[in-house]
Amino acid sequence: MDRMPPWADALLVPLISLILAAILSALVIIGIGEDPIAAVTLMVKGALGSTYGWGYTLYYATNFIFTGLAVAVAFHARMFNIGGEGQAMLGGLGVALVCLYLPLPHWTVALLVATLGAAAFGAAWALIPAYLQARRGSHIVITTIMFNFIAAALLNYVLVNLLRPAGAMDPASARFPEATHLPTFQAMFSTPDAPLFRGAPANVTFFLAVLACLAVWLLIWRTRLGYEIRAFGHSEPAAKYAGISPVRITILAMLISGGLAGLMALNTTMGEAERLVLNSVEGAGFIGIAVALMGRSHPLGVLMAAVLFGFLYQGGAELALWTNIPRELIVVIQALVILFTGALDNMVRMPLERLFLARRGKGATK
Amino acid sequence: MDFATALQILDSTVRLSTPLLLACLAGLFSERSGIFDIGLEGKMLMAAFFSAAVAFVSGSVWLGMLAGIAASMALSALHGLASITFRGNQLISGVAINFLAAGLTVLIAQDWFSQGGRTPSLIGGARFEPITLPLADTLAGVPILGPIYAELISGHTLPVYFAFACVPATWWILFRTRFGLRLRAVGENPAAVDTAGISVIGLRYAAVAICGLLCGIAGAYLATALQAGFIKDMTAGRGYIALAALIFAKWRPWYALMSCLLFGFLQAIALRYQNIELGPITLPVQFMDALPYILTVVILAGFVGRAIPPRAGGEPYMKER
Repeated sequence: MDRMPPWADALLVPLISLILAAILSALVIIGIGEDPIAAVTLMVKGALGSTYGWGYTLYYATNFIFTGLAVAVAFHARMFNIGGEGQAMLGGLGVALVCLYLPLPHWTVALLVATLGAAAFGAAWALIPAYLQARRGSHIVITTIMFNFIAAALLNYVLVNLLRPAGAMDPASARFPEATHLPTFQAMFSTPDAPLFRGAPANVTFFLAVLACLAVWLLIWRTRLGYEIRAFGHSEPAAKYAGISPVRITILAMLISGGLAGLMALNTTMGEAERLVLNSVEGAGFIGIAVALMGRSHPLGVLMAAVLFGFLYQGGAELALWTNIPRELIVVIQALVILFTGALDNMVRMPLERLFLARRGKGATK
Repeated sequence: MDFATALQILDSTVRLSTPLLLACLAGLFSERSGIFDIGLEGKMLMAAFFSAAVAFVSGSVWLGMLAGIAASMALSALHGLASITFRGNQLISGVAINFLAAGLTVLIAQDWFSQGGRTPSLIGGARFEPITLPLADTLAGVPILGPIYAELISGHTLPVYFAFACVPATWWILFRTRFGLRLRAVGENPAAVDTAGISVIGLRYAAVAICGLLCGIAGAYLATALQAGFIKDMTAGRGYIALAALIFAKWRPWYALMSCLLFGFLQAIALRYQNIELGPITLPVQFMDALPYILTVVILAGFVGRAIPPRAGGEPYMKER
């Protein structure tokens, strides 16, 4: 067969793409007159050199795990859900409504109910694009982009006109009650004589994110629905012939995707800000695209890519604090990762394939 | 609302529609050839920065515009490389281009000007000046028609007139020339074009290049005519509104003019009024912001006139072996 070995496909291609993205990023840093080695050292020290740094890295990673999984599930059904941003915004609204208006006795109960709220609101925001794709053939990419903007306007309206406490200036909801505050890593792991993760926002939601990875793996590779999603993603006509309903799979896959994106709000809204603010998503929905592409839509890959992006985010913040390199460097790196692991995938894959086939050809003639 | 206010809103509609129209026509060329482009936003942003930066350094708005066009076309070339040559996912490539522009513009602006990711304000020859059409001042006294001519039609910058002239030009190129026929054919059925011995790749690169050119002008207009200099994220979603306008226009030039004017009008209204009171109902400003997107979703849903994209859109072309 004219294929390269699976390990090369799963590891070598993304690795080379990543190295290319890293080289270009280094060139960008040199281009703006800074030293890439010093920058990386500073990033590693700032993001991984202390439990404080790790606390931020894992906090960001939690967001990216959820949004990355959201994009990955849709990818398995060969759909590009670019609306994670809007779905996460709505998820935040779900969390806020639950935390503000339900009498919740303890954070465990609050987390459970807020999880349902976040997932339901995120999924609901994905439902209309999913329905339009399934029933009316409207392209899901365009509708989910539009829904991001509509979500931003909606959230703006709700925060300014409905949820803002009387007299407050900034568009944000009231603080959530004490009982809904989630335990942070600091509260969980510190001992009186050895304070850990001091002041870092990482919280119990991280473990929920890891559980979500496991759940998505089970869903995609161990359930009937997962099988149907993959079958539909590989070939729609074949799936149809096998009796799989395209409408059902499109809608279910998007609901799961939207729900996962919505869950991200648990971390930012309930775990960190403890109120709903206007820009709580901060582009994490889009980073999910890079994370899913880099992780090859596999939950384990998503987990690793999310931690890498968490590191980049926290490292980037440290860079902006101590050097003249603005935070936007991370946006450039993110763009390069999407470019090389997503759009220019064939640029790496085709020569590699040729190389492997040439070597195999030689082995066969010997 | 009195006549003078109406005229002011329409005047601002024309100015706000211009970047949308240029970007929309840019997308029209690209998508008609079968290359989806959600990177309009990024290309405009990149062009806005480079045109403002070069115009500031050189003092010439024309050099600035050239730089903007070059930057935008460089991103187009990247999009072409990814989606035509390497047959990658066009949507993912577009997303990457948007982020690349969002990051690089601030990074370079900070490095060059150290003003927190913006360029210094442009003055004098580094900006496009409004053009007064002949007889505008003399005719201004004529009732009704006079002010319309003097304020609404006259007194805009050169790119505004260029953008409006692009509409018939685009129509003519697409529907009355051989190149246009082939361009449309390659977006519907590239295999047929290939069979006729015409290069699919060449045509698609040409379309993507035109797209880069028009986005470049749109970006230069934003930074050197509509505003005086580049600020971070100054395109503010205009690339996506242009995309929405393109769908709203069902990929046709004259409809594109109409939809861009409509969306520009919505922007002008939202800019002038915070909330609009229609008798018992008050429309919040956020609703006006979201309206272009809501209208596009309604159109996409096919309940009001179905929008059917070019058939081969988004599909990389593989020659049969």
